[in-house]
Amino acid sequence: MTDGILPAVLGRFEWQSLPFVRAWEHPNASEIVGAGAGAVVIIGAILVAALITRLGKWRYLWSEWFTSVDHKKIGIMYIVLAFVMLSRALIEGVLMRMQQATAVNSPGFIAPDHFAQLFSTHGTIMIFFMAMPFLTGLINYVMPLQIGSRDVAFPVLNSVSLWLTAAAAALVMASLVVGRFSTGGWSGYPPYTELAFSPGVGTDYWIWAVTLGSVGSTLTGINFAVTIYKMRCAGMRLMRMPLFVWTALCTSILMIFAMPPLTVATALLALDRYLDFHFFTNDLGGNMMNYANLFWLFGHPEVYILILPAFGVFSEVVSTFSSKQLYGYTSLVIATAVITVLSFTVWVHHFFTMGQAADINAAFGIATMAIGVPTGVKIYDWIWTMFLGRVRFTVPMLFSLAFMMTFVLGGFTGILLAFPPLDYLAHNTLFLVAHFHNMLIPGLLYGMLAGYHYWFPKAFGFRLDEKWGRISFGCWVLGFYLAFMPLYVLGASGMARRTQAVFEPSFRPWLYVAGIGALLLAGALASLFVQLWVSVRDRKANRVFAGDPWDGRGLEWSISAPPPEYNFAVLPQVNSRHPFHDGKRQDDPYAPPRAYEDITLPRNSMTGPAIGILAAAAAFGLVWHMWWLAIIGALAISAVVIARSFARDVEHTISADEVQRTEQRWLRAAANAAPIPRELEMTSANQGLAEVSA
Amino acid sequence: MMLAPRLLRLLAALPLLALGGCAALEHGVMNHAGPIAASHWHLYVIVGVVLVAVAGPVLLLTPLIAWHYRLSNKRHAFRPKWDFSWTLEGLIWIPPIGIVIGLSVLLWDYTHMLDPYRPIASGQAPLEVQAVGLDWKWLFIYPDEHIATINRLTIPAGRPVHLRLTSGTVMQSLLIPRLAGQIYAMTGMVSQLNLAASHPGVFLGENTQFNGKGFQDQKFNVVALPPADYPKWVGQARASGHPFDADDFAGLFHKSSPSQPVVFSSAPPHLFRQIIVRSQETGS
Amino acid sequence: MSADEVRQAGLELGRNDLLTHEQAGSAIFGFWVFLMSDAVIFALLFATYGVMLPATVGGPTPADEYKLVPTLIETVLLLTSSFTFGLASVAMKHGASRRQLLGWLGVTLILGIGFLGMELHDFMIMFSDGAVPSRSGYLSSFFALVPLHGLHVFFGSVWIVVMMVQVLTFGLDARVKVNLQRLGLFWHFLDVVWIAIFSVVYLQGMIQ
Repeated sequence: MTDGILPAVLGRFEWQSLPFVRAWEHPNASEIVGAGAGAVVIIGAILVAALITRLGKWRYLWSEWFTSVDHKKIGIMYIVLAFVMLSRALIEGVLMRMQQATAVNSPGFIAPDHFAQLFSTHGTIMIFFMAMPFLTGLINYVMPLQIGSRDVAFPVLNSVSLWLTAAAAALVMASLVVGRFSTGGWSGYPPYTELAFSPGVGTDYWIWAVTLGSVGSTLTGINFAVTIYKMRCAGMRLMRMPLFVWTALCTSILMIFAMPPLTVATALLALDRYLDFHFFTNDLGGNMMNYANLFWLFGHPEVYILILPAFGVFSEVVSTFSSKQLYGYTSLVIATAVITVLSFTVWVHHFFTMGQAADINAAFGIATMAIGVPTGVKIYDWIWTMFLGRVRFTVPMLFSLAFMMTFVLGGFTGILLAFPPLDYLAHNTLFLVAHFHNMLIPGLLYGMLAGYHYWFPKAFGFRLDEKWGRISFGCWVLGFYLAFMPLYVLGASGMARRTQAVFEPSFRPWLYVAGIGALLLAGALASLFVQLWVSVRDRKANRVFAGDPWDGRGLEWSISAPPPEYNFAVLPQVNSRHPFHDGKRQDDPYAPPRAYEDITLPRNSMTGPAIGILAAAAAFGLVWHMWWLAIIGALAISAVVIARSFARDVEHTISADEVQRTEQRWLRAAANAAPIPRELEMTSANQGLAEVSA
Repeated sequence: MMLAPRLLRLLAALPLLALGGCAALEHGVMNHAGPIAASHWHLYVIVGVVLVAVAGPVLLLTPLIAWHYRLSNKRHAFRPKWDFSWTLEGLIWIPPIGIVIGLSVLLWDYTHMLDPYRPIASGQAPLEVQAVGLDWKWLFIYPDEHIATINRLTIPAGRPVHLRLTSGTVMQSLLIPRLAGQIYAMTGMVSQLNLAASHPGVFLGENTQFNGKGFQDQKFNVVALPPADYPKWVGQARASGHPFDADDFAGLFHKSSPSQPVVFSSAPPHLFRQIIVRSQETGS
Repeated sequence: MSADEVRQAGLELGRNDLLTHEQAGSAIFGFWVFLMSDAVIFALLFATYGVMLPATVGGPTPADEYKLVPTLIETVLLLTSSFTFGLASVAMKHGASRRQLLGWLGVTLILGIGFLGMELHDFMIMFSDGAVPSRSGYLSSFFALVPLHGLHVFFGSVWIVVMMVQVLTFGLDARVKVNLQRLGLFWHFLDVVWIAIFSVVYLQGMIQ
């Protein structure tokens, strides 16, 4: 009896699935590192849970955060997720750099299989569970405020997307504790990821994590696009939207069209692995080239899903911190739209080396270079925005400047790679690795960090510490150059990517420099956490409750910091591209409205967390072949969706009195705050009220 | 662990960088050893020079303008509402479009010229070699010489080489940085690569597409012999007395890297085709 | 924006406040966008099918497996179900009796189940011929594309049942109306996809 029941319950779980058992049986450095990582996850989870219990905050977290459908709280949770995952993936990056630096003609301390898991999780996490949550969180928080709306179009769906993403991230974390992760890289190319070559649970972890993430992102894209089309406040015509909203719109459109190819690619791979289909297998007519097309049909637009929101952040930041209108708004909008369209026409450049005709390669190479034009235009638009302005070198502005200069170098090598013959040499080498880090670290991470510093005071009501921000900035920039410029050299010397050992002694000095750079990047992240700690500690001195610490231009600055649950007591009406900037100069933006009204908002819902937990359980069941768990999870998700459609009491109302009380408290604070000139914005004199000039 | 000495060694290595760097680049296309790689390098330089001209202005203007228009510099004009100029707009759209059109012509020509399938123009007929990517080794079959090797590609310098590639396992990618670019080797399919060495020498070849835990070991030497020595080498190979047999065929599919290159004194006539068919039938 | 501009044709939301109209507008527009991304999935599966079509590897071919009569009947069933759903929408819009609405939904459901039953029967026959997805790349792509449509019809049928229960529970409140409208879009979308499957997969397969 037990023979039949245990396997049915536990699927293919065995004791050796636990890294601790493996480390016990084979106590080498590599297994110990693995067990250590697993232990960190478990101990970290226990510590967090204990802390919450001790503080008695479970109920608070559940009712105020986890079940919240408020776009602001969902946005913050996305960004918390992004930071957690960034920490893990950055450490993995450092480990890989350390391994290569020590593995010149020596085995190093990480075994090949473990190394392969490291680069697979590093890439998967950075793209799907760091970059995507970060930009989704930022858009979630900022976009509805910028368009003068009280929420996104589908608040509950928004919560579902968040929890699907969190479930997917949890799955990747679970692979540290139970089983192993994929060794097939973030792109999971078959036939290597087929059962014949990767029979273990790793690839399945990858498949279901990415699939859940891609479904979450598709839903997010739909949600944002509908919000921007349908929920702009009166007078906010398309060509009056802040640039960040434009980039959010284009990113959403890309998500709607580009995430399905990923879903299809991973679903077909899953069919191959679970039901013996033959899409990408070597035998019976499978064809892995179709996977490459499907994956990169997603993969290339994905690059712009990641980069466009950062472009939006830079547009806001450069304009605000130059005290100047954005130069070439129309041209920036056109450039963004052109990039959106062109991003679907270049996917073949990810596999120029697959042996297709020269005509095809040349056509896709030219399309790739064409994207350089609108991108270059954007850079110049930001330069002309600073021109004739008054530039303040705050942390977000520093990130923007570093981005502009570093991104150009990435563009430089991007054009090189767009030439198919040059790609034949650089493909699959560290040159390529250096190139895409050179695009994504400035083009995504710097943008997200600029946005984080820029809007943090809006979200939490106090400024982030400037000194630690600058230290972190310095580490991010210096660390980037030290870590990745050597990789260009190594790639040009023919060093393949994803290699656990190195046999060429002349590569060693470059690997050392890259290793130091990686450590600096870890220091940069650590400084960010120190900064957060210091800022929370000193929050009383840095309060900006009045809501406008940077002499802002858009609607998000016209309300208190942090904003009330309903965002706007009265939905705004706008007649220019920078309504708050003009408003401050034309009349008093802090005058109370004629009357307050009751405000109806969506009620919190358990739907999101419930679906997230069930999806994680179902996916875990699929990974481990615990079919009962997969089936129960899937059925329960359907039950939750149906039950939700029967819910009728889905709104709650904030009375006009309460709105009035909240607003009056803010208006009094604004009236009592001293307006400050820009020279003082980094001091505690800044209470969030800007001195208005010209 | 011994972190301190390691750190010291790291620091000591820094001044040696310049020297070490040059040494590293000698393994790449910069130190090209054949006509194809030489053209690649030529293209690198042309595009690089154009791009320096493109990126240069941004690298100069960004810090200059940001610094000049800093808040504390009150001597300059401040025009917060200035946000458009047709002249500037023309300047940022039209020249880049022109440059991309110019580069496109270059790209089109070079992509066709350096098409890996394109035979190298030469007075001599190319040497035919069939390359098979395996876990974690390369098999080279010389169909005209009826010999085969594992993890060593011996070629005559000065004569074009025409490689036909397939994979006996997952997808791989063959790169010999000093001789030519890379091309994928895929199961059930045949891709091609033309290359040549212009002088005798030993060049590194490798698989660049990750294919499992022996991936980093999948390297081989390309030995370019003086033209007169090549027939001698073929003769030696044939005399080596190790014909390729059924055990060797089975051995190809063991996941391992041989510690030494292997030479087979004879190879069955349809070995390449046999491997293609086998993978499609067994799926692994 | 006046209330008239955002009033949803076909919904007759009645004298609800402006907010409900705007929400209905977003809800229906959002569903269109969702269908668009679902259409991308089908488009990619069609493309995959096209690529894999020659990969029969000596196994069953389209000409061996596709039968005109059953697929034609399935087509008629599904097209008719779209028409009857249209009648249900008309019943909802013009405030006919609830029984009429439920009746047409019921007919649609029966037709949908009939379609599913026939399709499953087709698959069983194919399976008994040895035309299983593990046999070849071509059959894999067939069994990814066509059953995915069937799965959609299945979920649509479940959705119809849910909506019938909701009509009985809540009457025709705004959310029920909006969801019926979305269900209608979904059902008609499945029809469009089926027409593509019938012509691209079945008809072309039989012509060869």
